[in-house]
Amino acid sequence: MNSAPMILLVLVGIVLLFGIGVVVFNRRKSALPESIEESAPVLVPKVVEAPAASPASVAVVSEVAVEAEEPEPTPGAVRRFARAAGIFNGSFAVLRGKDKITSETWEELEETLLRADVGLTTTTALLESLKSRVGRKDISTPQELLDALQGAMAGQLSSNSRELQFDSSVKMPNIWLFVGVNGVGKTTTIGKVAFAQKALGRSVLLAAGDTFRAAAGEQLETWAQRAEVPIVRGNEGGDPSAVIFDAVQSAAANNRELVLGDTAGRLQNKSNLMEELKKVRRVAEKEAGTVTEVLLVIDATTGQNGLSQAEQFALATNVTGVVLTKLDGSAKGGIVFAIETQLGIPVKLVGLGETIGDLVPFDPEEYVRELFAEA
Amino acid sequence: MFDNLSSRFESILKKVRGKGRLTEADVDEVLGEIRAALLDADVNVGVVRNVVARIREAAVGAELSQALDPGQQIVKIVSQELTAMLGGETLKISYASKPPTVVLMAGLQGSGKTTSAAKLARWFKSQGRHPLLVGADLQRPAAVEQLRTLGKQIDVPVFSEPGDPVTTATRGLAEARRIGKDVLIVDTAGRLSIDADLMDEIRRISDAVTPNYTFLVIDAMTGQDAVNTAEAFHNTLAIDGVILSKLDGDARGGAALSVKEVIGRPIAFAATGEKLDAFEQFHPDRMAGRILGMGDMLTLIEQAESVFEKEEAEKTAAKLFEGEFTLDDFLDQLQQVKKMGSMSNIMGMIPGMPKAAKGAEIDDSMITVTEAIIRSMTLEERRRPEIINGSRRNRIAKGSGTTVPDINKLVKQFTEMQKMMKRMGGMAALSGGKANKKGKPGKVNPLKMAKAMREMGLSDLAGPGGGMKGFPPPGNNPSGIPSEGFPDFRDFR
Ligand SMILES: Nc1nc2c(ncn2[C@@H]2O[C@H](COP(=O)(O)OP(=O)(O)OP(=O)(O)O)[C@@H](O)[C@H]2O)c(=O)[nH]1
Ligand SMILES: [Mg+2]
Repeated sequence: MNSAPMILLVLVGIVLLFGIGVVVFNRRKSALPESIEESAPVLVPKVVEAPAASPASVAVVSEVAVEAEEPEPTPGAVRRFARAAGIFNGSFAVLRGKDKITSETWEELEETLLRADVGLTTTTALLESLKSRVGRKDISTPQELLDALQGAMAGQLSSNSRELQFDSSVKMPNIWLFVGVNGVGKTTTIGKVAFAQKALGRSVLLAAGDTFRAAAGEQLETWAQRAEVPIVRGNEGGDPSAVIFDAVQSAAANNRELVLGDTAGRLQNKSNLMEELKKVRRVAEKEAGTVTEVLLVIDATTGQNGLSQAEQFALATNVTGVVLTKLDGSAKGGIVFAIETQLGIPVKLVGLGETIGDLVPFDPEEYVRELFAEA
Repeated sequence: MFDNLSSRFESILKKVRGKGRLTEADVDEVLGEIRAALLDADVNVGVVRNVVARIREAAVGAELSQALDPGQQIVKIVSQELTAMLGGETLKISYASKPPTVVLMAGLQGSGKTTSAAKLARWFKSQGRHPLLVGADLQRPAAVEQLRTLGKQIDVPVFSEPGDPVTTATRGLAEARRIGKDVLIVDTAGRLSIDADLMDEIRRISDAVTPNYTFLVIDAMTGQDAVNTAEAFHNTLAIDGVILSKLDGDARGGAALSVKEVIGRPIAFAATGEKLDAFEQFHPDRMAGRILGMGDMLTLIEQAESVFEKEEAEKTAAKLFEGEFTLDDFLDQLQQVKKMGSMSNIMGMIPGMPKAAKGAEIDDSMITVTEAIIRSMTLEERRRPEIINGSRRNRIAKGSGTTVPDINKLVKQFTEMQKMMKRMGGMAALSGGKANKKGKPGKVNPLKMAKAMREMGLSDLAGPGGGMKGFPPPGNNPSGIPSEGFPDFRDFR
């Protein structure tokens, strides 16, 4: 436990003193100190490298085919994505109202990107490169500028392979783990992925690795029934890595090819929970099985914290891809630009609703086109 | 919570503090950085624009003030703006004259409604009320199951039945009346603000139960879309307040700052952990201070007051300063401190606590380990740790499932703390207070104590060469805790 008691003693000492001070001695309330002390150096998180190259012989799964065979399918998931107007919709009038590029044009573009959660750093980088092109007379009208921006944004998303990695030559089964902060849609996504993978002819098994949240097992069980795949559950409050381990053993014994492992939602700054996740990943491959995907689920409403999520989860579990959920809402998930450019983690899947068919592969061209769509 | 934002502000404002004159370039630079800090914290773009404009205006006029230098002026203006942004007053909950008081929970999928509903029920219970929870989320698999489990944990009944959420909510209200519950909390399914059908459904639920309070649950990690969502829900339901969830993460929570500005409704409660007691009323004015790195003294004081008995605390203080504080006392006090909430939470509220200490891995399981060690000691050992020899150490380590070095460390640190506390008692007495013979601490005050601690740099605690895990490298300060990180309480009264 290292220096735990030391820190604890200091803290308790301070708190104790404080508490006693407050209660015993003259109670004084009101003004806060005017002076603000200098901040101590903050530990800077390490930058994460791009995930390691995929294993040599990866059977390519080019599509998560989502043919709606579900009892009550939602009408065309892809079209739902297009339903909401793009981020520039409100800006077009301002932008096109001018025939010259003015400072107002830049402000409008900047605010539009910021509103989509693209973030200041990425936005500034995008606009700076366009500014120099305008300076070179490469671009001269607002419309050209918009087109160039669309191209630049699509360009930021193109580098990595977005295929889900399934490899029948490794120690079977393949294991795909789903990780992320609380409430982003991990369990729901597993239900959808199970359904889609089964439709591709794979034998799937679910592992209820969230032993923490109340009724998480029941929730996944419902999805197992909907997707008609088996599930391995443990006890509530039990060791999550043990559940995943058991599921992998069971899959190996029954010749199941693919284990989808649910994990409890956790905030990335909780180091003990991140350690737990590392252990889950380690133990999953202890005997049978190979982890071929660790999918980080990110909610499209997430703001700049999404980058910290990706950083920390990647550090802990070597994330191989992102699932961007709830893109059927009004949020646009612009944080994925920072995640892709700064961390090199590709978005692989998109969640578009709460029913089993609402999952599509991420198509960067289409995504950027939607951002620029007119209502 | 909000920690990152506060450290950004601290370093920005440091640049102007104490400056006699601000040039236009100074103002531009500071404003640019404030803008970036707010945007990185997910404060809404429109809100940022307005706030920065207001700060600029005020900063330009700042030269006129005689009392404060321009740097201080900016600090003051920023603080005022943040307070205004967060909303001035704490939302006061009043109860329906004809019970039950009905609370409706609304929000996007995964925002934390179910957990917040249970936390709220627990909070009402702590206020002496008798809540009934209604599970009207019939959409998400096992949502009602989840609510039932949570209800059991806090001993609050849960009503739900399959079918239609509007009917369930209506029947829940009737049930509350029938069994005489005075607060009804209705959990609903998450829904997108652009989903017309589901928005209509929650409007019908609201019409059916006519809530006294409608709370919108917003995830602290939400980005720019928070204000759109809030506006849409507000237009449909007339929101009374926001419950901000997952504030224990490292999100800067700026979206939440913006909601008040956009819908004019305050943040009523904040959830700071997965445990059901990690939930508190939100005090906007205090939060502004916290964001500016001034700590949240008032909350801390309140919590301390609710936990420490005056008489007990007096005794403890006397023991501490007399050097008679034993490991057994420590164990007792640990129980009290635990009641104040999680360690990291408390740390966040102590003003001027070093940033790195706030971010340190203050895992509450450390408390458990420490407790285990002390519990494995005999009473005599707890009173006189110096008698702990090799064989005793082995026994304690075995008993507590730790190692001998762990025991050594604990004992050593404890002895150091004991010494320091004693010395501080002496110092405080010297600097005005009179510690009388019986060990009554007299007129020592916490401000002086804190100051004394700061002057000593807490150096005894860190011990020789004691760099602490998660703490910044000592640099030229041997204590491991930067002394300037500890507050000067002189102005605090
Ligand atoms: N609209 C929409 N809702 C979604 C989507 N994906 C998940 N949800 C909903 O989001 C909520 C949370 O989903 P879960 O699957 O329980 O999320 P989780 O990450 O497993 O949550 P925890 O295990 O509690 O951390 C549920 O109400 C889901 O129905 C999506 O793509 N679109
Ligand atoms: Mg889940």
